[in-house]
Amino acid sequence: MSSPQFARRPFFRRRKTCPFTGPNAPKIDYKDTRLLQRYVSERGKIVPSRITAVSAKKQRELAKAIKRSRNIALLPFLIQ
Amino acid sequence: MALYEHIIIVRQDVSAAQVETLAEELSTIITENGGSVEKVEQWGLRTLAYRIKKNRKGHYVLMNIDAPSAAVVEMERLERINEDIIRILTIRVEELEEGPSAMLRTRDERDDRRGRRDDRRPRRDDRPRDDKPRDGAPRGDAPAKPAEKPAEKPAAEPTGDAA
Repeated sequence: MSSPQFARRPFFRRRKTCPFTGPNAPKIDYKDTRLLQRYVSERGKIVPSRITAVSAKKQRELAKAIKRSRNIALLPFLIQ
Repeated sequence: MALYEHIIIVRQDVSAAQVETLAEELSTIITENGGSVEKVEQWGLRTLAYRIKKNRKGHYVLMNIDAPSAAVVEMERLERINEDIIRILTIRVEELEEGPSAMLRTRDERDDRRGRRDDRRPRRDDRPRDDKPRDGAPRGDAPAKPAEKPAEKPAAEPTGDAA
């Protein structure tokens, strides 16, 4: 998406990195609704990783956590 | 023995004291079957994200359990019979969490977070917004603009603009 020749364009998009990798990355936990809420749309859907820049491995983990969270009614299955 | 995180949701019209005795009863079932309960956490009465058996609220109880599977199966069986318990969730974990769980931690520092993003946003939506400062306002205005925005999607990089 952001190949080097695009770097000089006015709307250069900085390469985003996975929010769950790195030294002080948050741990994905199904009980942490505040964290999971960021990766859920207003309708309650899981946001695709191409928008949130979560790595594939972490996205699988995240999806599982969100689904667990929905099961115990901490997150909604859908809103409206 | 295996480690489990176990969450139950109890009906809203049960008193908090009753929930505690219920949690103790469940703990004794585990200990009788050769396990141990490492931690019991009461999350109190919380609003459910959706209705479960006509309930809008429920008492949440989290238990960290170190027990053989038979003990957990027996406890789950009894929980399914109990009509006050409307939802149960057992998850096997590699290691039990030390200290208060994420749920209680976030409650302490309760600050309002920014809204979450919209999944219906067209992917190129941010392009025209980038153009705005360049058309009207002077150039010095441009770097200030993205700084005001949430850092979540830095579409307009100030350095890229200057180059």
